[in-house]
Parts: sequence; structure tokens; C-alpha cells
Amino acid sequence: MTDSAPERVLEVRDLKVHFPVMAGALVRRQVGSVKAVDGVSFDVRRSETLGLVGESGCGKSTTGLAVLKMLDITSGQVIFEGEDISDHDRARMRPIRRRMQMVYQDPFGSLNPRMKVAEIVGEPLEVHGMAGDRAAYRERVASLLDMVGLLPDMADRYPHEFSGGQRQRIGIARALALEPTLIICDEPVSALDVSIQAQVVNLFQDLQERLGLTYIFIAHDLAVVRHISHRIAVMYLGRIVEIASSSELYGSPLHPYTEALLAAIPIPDPAIEATRPQQIITGEVPSAMRPPPGCRFHTRCPRVMDVCRSVDPPMRDMGGGRAVACHLHGA
Amino acid sequence: MVAIADTVRPAPPAPSSGSMRFIARLFRDKPLGAFGFVICVIFLFCGLFADLLAPYGYNQISPINRLKPPSSTFWLGTDNLGRDMLSRCLYGAQLSVIIGLSAAALATVVSVFVGIVSGYLGGKFDMVMQRFVDAWMSFPDLIILIVVVSVVGPGMGPVIVILGLLYGIGGSRIIRGAVLSVRENAYVHAAQSTGASLPRILWRHILPNVMAPVIVLFTTRVGAVILAESGLAFLGLGVPPPAPTWGGMLSGSGRSFMYLAPWLALAPGLCITIVVYAINVFGDALRDLLDPRMRGSR
Repeated sequence: MTDSAPERVLEVRDLKVHFPVMAGALVRRQVGSVKAVDGVSFDVRRSETLGLVGESGCGKSTTGLAVLKMLDITSGQVIFEGEDISDHDRARMRPIRRRMQMVYQDPFGSLNPRMKVAEIVGEPLEVHGMAGDRAAYRERVASLLDMVGLLPDMADRYPHEFSGGQRQRIGIARALALEPTLIICDEPVSALDVSIQAQVVNLFQDLQERLGLTYIFIAHDLAVVRHISHRIAVMYLGRIVEIASSSELYGSPLHPYTEALLAAIPIPDPAIEATRPQQIITGEVPSAMRPPPGCRFHTRCPRVMDVCRSVDPPMRDMGGGRAVACHLHGA
Repeated sequence: MVAIADTVRPAPPAPSSGSMRFIARLFRDKPLGAFGFVICVIFLFCGLFADLLAPYGYNQISPINRLKPPSSTFWLGTDNLGRDMLSRCLYGAQLSVIIGLSAAALATVVSVFVGIVSGYLGGKFDMVMQRFVDAWMSFPDLIILIVVVSVVGPGMGPVIVILGLLYGIGGSRIIRGAVLSVRENAYVHAAQSTGASLPRILWRHILPNVMAPVIVLFTTRVGAVILAESGLAFLGLGVPPPAPTWGGMLSGSGRSFMYLAPWLALAPGLCITIVVYAINVFGDALRDLLDPRMRGSR
């Protein structure tokens, strides 16, 4: 492995994931499709964290699942470590699954209640025939638990004996078992209470430093994403509307939707909170079955122009790895 | 090294820490179920040790003691051939245990297999499977039993296989329902995303998490099978005489001499009633105790 800094671990090109909508009782036919992800492109570099934010239903989780090939890709390319995996079937994905793992949102649903911690953490090893003899296996599980800040003697307990934060650590240990390159974190801290969130986020950062991990960090909590991400992609209705480094995005958001999202972060000081200008976007996210023509955000945009209603703004490179899809920032 | 972040909370009572604790819970929370459990144990005991417990052979004829009412020599009286009813009921328990347990076991295996595969795979496969199950379930049980037994001929083997398949396919619905909810759990997704094989996911992740309905299905099936076997025997389609099945005893000497010697019908009739009732209340109690949502309720 060469150590050229901006090596791309993952390239996603014009990814589309559409779910067919079927109707009819006897003769089933497709009456439309939910365009959950509709033309998403981004790169993830080695050892960086790409934050993926947006409101519920914008397609951020679907993007994560499609990258893992846990969903059928409608069109577009997913290139992982230089290999185009878009058309890989189940058998060809198997060796690749070792190198991309997932951490889940729900610390209760993500661990099999009938398995001991050692079995949960060690299962990926067994699946890929890396378990070795019993002693080596136990040792590996113990070192994984140690890596996520759990005690080795917790290996023989069942998940229900642990708190939410500890369970999430077990989930992280399972994801680390195969020494993956990329970990997709699907809202890994949003089910935890705030004090525990910080600890788990710190664990993620700590592991990244030690193991050189690459993360896609899906979240809707912008404060958490800001803390952990190097770069952030903002999604709206199946598209990325802005992608920028964390500091740039929070310092000077370009897209009106990003502005609105940032304005929605509460400030933990009632005096400031009461006086600061409120930029509120109204309405609901339009249906992903029939996204609006032109810019998808024009129905809710506070700075909508005529052109927005008819012309779909392309993603424009603003230099320095920053890109935005908005007519306000045209050429 | 990361510090141990959150302290371990006191563990709630472990769900599977020994059958003794489970029995203790049964007696504390479900007295009726515990009663059923005790009867079931006695029934099993009688069935297993019928050879030792029975004072006479089940076919031991004593012509001078025909149609004797219950007495200290013949606790449950004798039938028209002078056979001891107590002994016959005990041996009947043995047959019921054998048929009940093996047919219920077969039924459970069939239910689990069909339910898990159909529920987990879903899609077109599930659709086809479930229409087949629909068709199967729309036939009245007794009609299928009578038709098959009259074709294959009576006997213990055919009865077990038929009852096992009959109840197994019907029961697969219950397992499938449980699988449908279990397979949506993130841990199943996690196993899929590591590349775990289908048998591994079914065996390690799905099956252990549907064990509660499986156990309940098995217990209730034991009762249903015993009842169905008695019905078959009553119709003369069960295990052929002189085997002392409870149903056979009811229909044979029981029916013919009901007015002259009511104990001939009462003894096997009560055996069936008590055992099936006991199994059912025990099964209900099991269902409640194994359901985590029912924990702490009575």
C-alpha cells in the first residue's frame, strides 16, 4: 500500500437507487419509482471521514447501503479501492465485504440477543475462515474488545447485560474484526444519550488515528458531524447539494439548504437563542416519486429565482474540493 | 487505550440461565401452568414406566373378572374381557406419549423448516409456499386423516407421519410470522453485510430468535396430536387393537358397555381430557413466560 495522501478509497459516480412502486392486484405492473438516490457522486479519501447529512428520507442511508451493495444499484458506479463493484454479484462481493463494514444506529437491534459478545464480535472471523484455533480466536476477540474500551472478560456475557453505549462499542468491535478499510457508520450515535455520544465519537476518532480507517459518517445531528468529519456532503431529496470541508461548510455555507440546516442547530444559550435571526424553511420534503422539476429545493427555498423552477442546477466545482449545486453560485 | 466508558448496569434476570430458575418462575407466576406442568410430568412418567407401574399386562385376560367395577384389586375396574383398566390406561399413556411426542416433534421440524425458509427468503418463493399452505389448511384435518389412513392403512407409523405433516404445515404460519419480524433486525443485516452464508444466518440468527414460538408450538401440538390420535382411534383408523390406545378404548369396550360399566368410557375419557387440558395450560404459561413483553405480568 503506497502512502500517497489523497488516495481514493471510494469513488461514487452518478449513483442512482430507485425502488419500483408496483400496483394492481392480479397483474402487477410498475407505476413509478421512488428515487431514493438520484445521481450522487462523491469521493472518499483514505483515512478521512466524509459526513453525510440531510433530513429524514433524503437518501443518506440508502447511499450507504448501496455503497455496501446491500441494495441493488439502478445505475451509476461504485469504485472501491480501484475496483468497480457496481455489477458484482453476491459471490464476488464476499471477499470485498471483508474490507467494508457497517456500524448501525440501533444499539439494541444490531446485536443478536441470543449470542454472546465473543460470538458476535468473532462471527465475521468465522464467516471469512479467519477464526483459527480456539486460543487465537479468544485472543483476537479479547484484543478487539480492548480496542473499543471493553474488558476482555465481557466476552462471555449477553448483549442485554450492557448499556447502549457499550452495545455500540460491541458493534464497532464487530465491524473492526476483519480489519476493514472503510466503515459506514449509519447514525451510530443518534440513539445514545448526549454524554455517551461524545465518548463513542471520540472512540471513532481514536480508532481512525490508530488504524487509519476511512469513514462515511451518516447523521442528522450537525454538531456531531462537524466534530468528526473532515468533509461533509449535504443531501436533499436523493441528491448532494453541497460538498465541502467541514470548516468551510460551517463557516460559509453556500447552498440555501445548508444555510437553513445550520441555522436549525440550537445554540445552548437561551439569550442568544432568543435573539438570533431565525431562518426557517417551511413545508415538507416533496415526494421522491415525483421530485419537482428544476432545482429540487425550489419549492422550499427562501431565495428561489425563476430559473430554479425549470433548470436543474448542475454540481459546480468551486475550487478547493468544494462543490455546490445552486443557481446562486453559477459561473 | 480508551477508558472504560460506561459502567456495567446491573443485569436484568438472564432469560436462559438454567431450567430450574425457569420452573421456579413458572410456579411463582403461573400457578395454573405449573399445575399443567405437574400433570404433564406425571403423564410422561406413567408413559415411560408403564411396564413397571401397571399391575397387570394390558392384554391380560381374566374371564372371571369381567366388567368388574373399580375396587381395591382393579382400581379402575375391568372391561368385558376382564382386562384391568388401570393397566390399559397406563399403557395407553405410553402410546400417547410416543405418538404425541414424535408426531409433535415431526410437526415442529416441518413448521420450523417451512416457516423459516418461506419467511426469510420472502418474495415469489414465499408467495408460492404460502398459497400451498393455504390450500393445505383449507382441507378439514379429519378428512385428510381419514383418506390417508384408509389408503396407507392404520398403524403407529402412518399415524405419526400424517399427524406430523398435517400439524406441521399448518403451524409453519406461526413460525413464518415470527421470522418476518426477526429478519428485519439490524443484526441479521449485519450478518448479511459480512457475507455470512444463508444456512448460517438461518441457523445462528433466525432460529435462536424464534425459539419461543417454536417451544410453544411444540407443547400445544403434543396436546392436539393426542386428541387427534384419540379421534382417529375412535373411528377405528388409529393404531389397531389390541393396542390400548385411549381413543380405541373409548370406541371399543367403552361405547358398547357404557350403560353397564360406565368406568370403561370414563377412565380413558378422563385421561384424554386431563392430559390435553394440562398440556394446553402449560403451553399457554410457556408462551407467556417466554414472551419478554409479558415479563412481570401475571
